[in-house]
Amino acid sequence: MNEANQAEMMTGADIFVNALIAEGVEHVFGFPGGAVLHIYDAIFKQDKFQHILVRHEQGAVHAADGYARSSGKPGVALLTSGPGATNGITGIATAYLDSTPLVVFTGQVPTSLIGNDAFQEVDSVGISRPCVKHNFLVKDVGELAITIKKAFYIATTGRPGPVLVDIPKDVTANRALFEYPKTIEMRSYKPVVVGESGQIRRAAEMILSAKRPVIYSGGGVVLSNGSQELIEFTRLLGYPITQTLMGLGAYPATDPQFIGMLGMHGTYEANMAMYECDTLIAIGARFDDRVTGELEKFCPDAKIVHLDIDPSSISKNVKVDIPLVGTVDRVLQDLIQVIKEMGRKPDSDALATWWGQIDTWRATDCLRYDRNNELIKPQFVVEKLHELTQGNAFVTSDVGQHQMFAAQFYKFNQPRHWINSGGLGTMGFGLPAAMGVQIAHPNDTVVCITGEGSIQMCIQELSTCKQYDLPIKIIMLNNRYLGMVRQWQEFFYDKRYSHTYIDALPDFMKLADSYGHVGMRIEKPSEVEGALKEALAIKESLVFMDFLIDQGENVYPMIAAGKGHNEMLLSPERELA
Amino acid sequence: MRHTISILLENEPGALSRVAGLFSARGYNIESLTVAPTDDPSMSRMTLVTRGSDDIIEQITKQLNKLVDVITLLDLTEGTHIERELMLVKISVSTTNQREEIKRLVDIFRGRIIDVGDANYTIEMTGTGDKLDAFINAMEPSMRVEVVRSGVLGIARGASSLRA
Repeated sequence: MNEANQAEMMTGADIFVNALIAEGVEHVFGFPGGAVLHIYDAIFKQDKFQHILVRHEQGAVHAADGYARSSGKPGVALLTSGPGATNGITGIATAYLDSTPLVVFTGQVPTSLIGNDAFQEVDSVGISRPCVKHNFLVKDVGELAITIKKAFYIATTGRPGPVLVDIPKDVTANRALFEYPKTIEMRSYKPVVVGESGQIRRAAEMILSAKRPVIYSGGGVVLSNGSQELIEFTRLLGYPITQTLMGLGAYPATDPQFIGMLGMHGTYEANMAMYECDTLIAIGARFDDRVTGELEKFCPDAKIVHLDIDPSSISKNVKVDIPLVGTVDRVLQDLIQVIKEMGRKPDSDALATWWGQIDTWRATDCLRYDRNNELIKPQFVVEKLHELTQGNAFVTSDVGQHQMFAAQFYKFNQPRHWINSGGLGTMGFGLPAAMGVQIAHPNDTVVCITGEGSIQMCIQELSTCKQYDLPIKIIMLNNRYLGMVRQWQEFFYDKRYSHTYIDALPDFMKLADSYGHVGMRIEKPSEVEGALKEALAIKESLVFMDFLIDQGENVYPMIAAGKGHNEMLLSPERELA
Repeated sequence: MRHTISILLENEPGALSRVAGLFSARGYNIESLTVAPTDDPSMSRMTLVTRGSDDIIEQITKQLNKLVDVITLLDLTEGTHIERELMLVKISVSTTNQREEIKRLVDIFRGRIIDVGDANYTIEMTGTGDKLDAFINAMEPSMRVEVVRSGVLGIARGASSLRA
């Protein structure tokens, strides 16, 4: 392999490999096929990056996604044309909704056949357009290197997101001079970093004048590595902070200023504080409908400052008073400095009264559940897991009740440790995402909290886990129901459990065993702690833990559709002693 | 309210479908859309007419700006501007009377007859959409054979301009 600055004639496939090496790519998740054969041949001949062979292209993209979210580096997936590309779409849309930096390469039929309905041909650029940040079709091998450079640049800067590069087979065989640009400028794409100083000053004034402030932070803090700045900002002010599902971990959950997650299954205190606040400081969050509840009833008394990298997120769902466009880390640094220079302190009397109010809401103990039940409570499993891993594990999840229990009961103290599909809500995300996390962090504990519904959507990846010896701990909260849907049917459809009971489940212990993993079944609360200890002690093998949990457990508290933050449905267990 | 937005975008394959896809995916209206390369052939200029509340228009301009192929844009409706549309109309004219009448009408509207057939005229006319509508409405519907309209082109008045 030559130095990137010494131009050399090579095939498109070699250009592809060398471009990835120049980008510092260490892992590529993929699945071969006809259109990418030349590329796979070039991969065979190099040893700079490792290729991880998945079992389904959706798994490749989710794995790249988990890799990116947990490491901060862009994830890379390589898929073949046609069904390879379409199988990847769910993964791409998942990454798009959660703004994960991914570069997804798809093979394409040779340029001479494009548009001919050729074997394994699909318009990958057309099909992916609504769910990528940008995409390219490379028609000339001379454009390949610069296109790959642009793809990584676009994916990782500004508001990150997936970029798809579609490469016809003949382009990978044709030859061109390989020169990889060190930097790139695009006249049509100039992401903003620094906030406007006048707005920052106005924001500081508003923030310092607050009587009942709430800081509401989201996934943007994690994406821009702004956790330290967020902690400094929050502690400087002494204000309560709530975080979205995507933001968890950016501010330590065990810190007393943290009042819990907000939104549909957020804490009572966080949602009540939102409803009653007079100043809302939104940081890297996008006022998603699962967060805001009914918009008419959203923060009725609040003036709003909103810091976001993406201008189109500002005043999209909720009108804000002061917009701040820039990266979270940089704008917070500037905001902290301005606040310090102003020499003003927050109103300590008002703040004391406000904290007093929040503490009365906290006393509701909204996450209380029945600890004396003879059935395993899912909350208990997550709580024990948190205790035994000291909150240091990387946790991925699928989508449903288990996802909410994980978010509520695993107290994340570090960013990039909580990996879930918050935006698209993709069942099947958890296991492949955990593979990517484990590959990025080979020596750390990686747990996938899932349900028996979700896990079966990408269960084939158990085979990949075996091939690459990924010692993931799968914690399956098995209630034999599609639990979140069942919960809605119980509350809003008069207990008509339409197609949510899962009959004919496999024997998951045997299944784990047949893939060469360790399987465990846990049926009693008294066995939970011991089983978790045993599983966590197994460092060399994947452990598949099937927890048979209370079938009727629901996620509380809850804001029903059309309700405001002040209209939470609280758990019946709250009344228990 | 009706807004006319001028957009400079990369003259790349697929750039137009990104704009069109954005409007359909987010449920925005497109009343008309014209696009062609500019004096710099690496760029296209698009004039897009849409309708929506102020909030919707704000989102439209933000979402357009977010497209990687969009270099810059201007909501012409925010300032004074000029709009023009080109129309080609084929009219059936069978009698001398009709020919005379149409010639007069075309003169009044400052159009031009650009093709003459055995029993038809083809007329070229530019102007605002209202003017073109008025011309169409001024003639017998039965005479209308074919109407082709370009959609709106727009440019700001005075010194302000949309450049990359």
